[in-house]
Amino acid sequence: MPDQLLFAAEVSINGLMTGVMYALVALGFVLIYKASGIFNYAQGVMALFAAMTLVGIQEGRVPFAHLINSITGAHVSTVGFEIPAILAILLTVAVMVGFAWLVQKVVFKHLVGQEPIILFMATIGLAYFLEGVSDLMWGSEIRTLDVGLPQGINDAIDQGTFNAFGYGFFIDNLDIAAAIIAAILVAVLIAFSQYTKQGRAMRAVADDHQAALSVGISLNYVWVLVWSLAGIVALVAGIMWGSKSGVQFSLSLIALKALPVLMLGGFTSIPGAIVGGLIIGVGEALFEFAVGPLIGGATENWFAYVLALAFLVFRPQGLFGERIIERV
Amino acid sequence: MLDQTVTADGRTIGGVVMEMRNITLRFGGVIAIKDISFDVREGEIRAIIGPNGAGKSSMLNVMSGFYHPQEGEVWFRGEKRRPMRPYQIARQGIARTFQNIALFDGMSVLDNIMTGRLNHMKSNFLEQAIWWGKAEREEVANRAKAEEVIDFLEIQSIRKTPVGRLPYGLKKRVELARALVAEPKILLLDEPMAGMNVEEKEDMCRFILDVNDEFGTTIVLIEHDMGVVMDLSDRVVVMDYGKKIGDGVPDEVRANQEVIDAYLGVSHD
Ligand SMILES: Nc1ncnc2c1ncn2[C@@H]1O[C@H](COP(=O)(O)OP(=O)(O)O)[C@@H](O)[C@H]1O
Ligand SMILES: [Mg+2]
Repeated sequence: MPDQLLFAAEVSINGLMTGVMYALVALGFVLIYKASGIFNYAQGVMALFAAMTLVGIQEGRVPFAHLINSITGAHVSTVGFEIPAILAILLTVAVMVGFAWLVQKVVFKHLVGQEPIILFMATIGLAYFLEGVSDLMWGSEIRTLDVGLPQGINDAIDQGTFNAFGYGFFIDNLDIAAAIIAAILVAVLIAFSQYTKQGRAMRAVADDHQAALSVGISLNYVWVLVWSLAGIVALVAGIMWGSKSGVQFSLSLIALKALPVLMLGGFTSIPGAIVGGLIIGVGEALFEFAVGPLIGGATENWFAYVLALAFLVFRPQGLFGERIIERV
Repeated sequence: MLDQTVTADGRTIGGVVMEMRNITLRFGGVIAIKDISFDVREGEIRAIIGPNGAGKSSMLNVMSGFYHPQEGEVWFRGEKRRPMRPYQIARQGIARTFQNIALFDGMSVLDNIMTGRLNHMKSNFLEQAIWWGKAEREEVANRAKAEEVIDFLEIQSIRKTPVGRLPYGLKKRVELARALVAEPKILLLDEPMAGMNVEEKEDMCRFILDVNDEFGTTIVLIEHDMGVVMDLSDRVVVMDYGKKIGDGVPDEVRANQEVIDAYLGVSHD
């Protein structure tokens, strides 16, 4: 029996790591939703696009190569040399900021004041458009992503736990690295929003547009800023997932897992997104471990939603949201 | 300056700082403002009065760039103003409050007031990130200015309170503080005393007079209550159904037959 318990502990820890992933994607949603009221369906595709762009740049491939070749009859494919990971990451960040600027300039600037459902529809359009652009820019083959994150089973933990419990925990170095990077990212984001001028402007816009305008804050600027941050968060999520399972279109589906996370954590709470992500990650891993074998497995596909639904019924405002009491 | 005057209580009023020329504003078929012109002089307290729905708030919204008039020109500091977004106008030194209060409910009183200093922060992102030199000096200076305004408006005891929890009268005061901390050239106040009890009204009157007197801030203020307006302001514009029906010093306006009719003809609180 203690063996079972230890096994469950290991499953939980691995679930926690998956949860970090969900939390990151949910974080991207929250950033944009808070500042603009837009529910960005494209967040998952942004992670995919960021990861594809990173791999493409790293491998020194020419973007839109297929298109260029079929129009001009040329045969370009690569620039002939690889680009160091750090530089490739910086370039990808620049691409995501450019994307944020374009999205604001071309789409949402013209939709200010529209119904939320219209804005939501626009992001659905954006998601499929971006998926198409990714394909056109970099092709649709599965790529392996390696930016130098440590991989493989962590021997120290395996040994340490084996000595302590007589049972070695299998934990991937990549997961540990991912958790640390995610923690740093969240800390930096929070410090940014609390202490910098841009962060204060962001919080102001999230709270009240009229008031923000009256103190001289440009809404457009803040919206480009939050889309850029969401793009960077998407890149980090894309790097983690891509390092683990390769860069492929299924990456965009992690957005679907962010949905129950948001139901749990609330749409406007950064701590909610983090804690919600971890709960869903651990919850679905443990459920699959305990109940999965009894009912034939594959419970990860739906358990998160059931958990979120049950939660919604009892706490519709989410984990950290304030309770809404209707005035009569 | 050529056209400087000194008031009875010793304040100096300078030349025209802002001028509205033939402003017309329509919402669909509704004409909120109909061909109105008036000016605001440096250092004065300029009131806009009129019954409900007269177009006063609309006028303030035109001045602060929240509404764009179909016709007319706005002149600011001797230049015709091109069409601008509200945030650009705020950055030119025109601060405002709202009739229905627009505060950041999720932030503390102090944080709300600090947002009024955002445009006084010139350090770049890197300097702020490492909290060094210019960024630190700016933050210290901004904090000092905020504390000065907090003392001035006597809201020390609520500095850390989340704004959402404050009673109405205090919210109005915090909104004034946020506008004031920006050190604006012109302060636009939309019914700063509406919904207040007598004591709160008296406090607010005193603050408005003190701001004008001590900082020399030009103030444009909308008010419902004739009595209050006559005490506070140097000059008054009277609006009714989108038209200007009076303009002058309080005594002139009070004697104007059209104004008397408008006020007697309409029930107001
Ligand atoms: N944003 C708006 N959309 C449509 N009509 C408006 C808007 N703002 C003001 N109005 C109309 O303009 C007229 C003047 O309103 P307002 O300026 O608020 O008057 P006051 O502040 O003097 O009470 C009213 O008829 C009002 O309904
Ligand atoms: Mg009004």
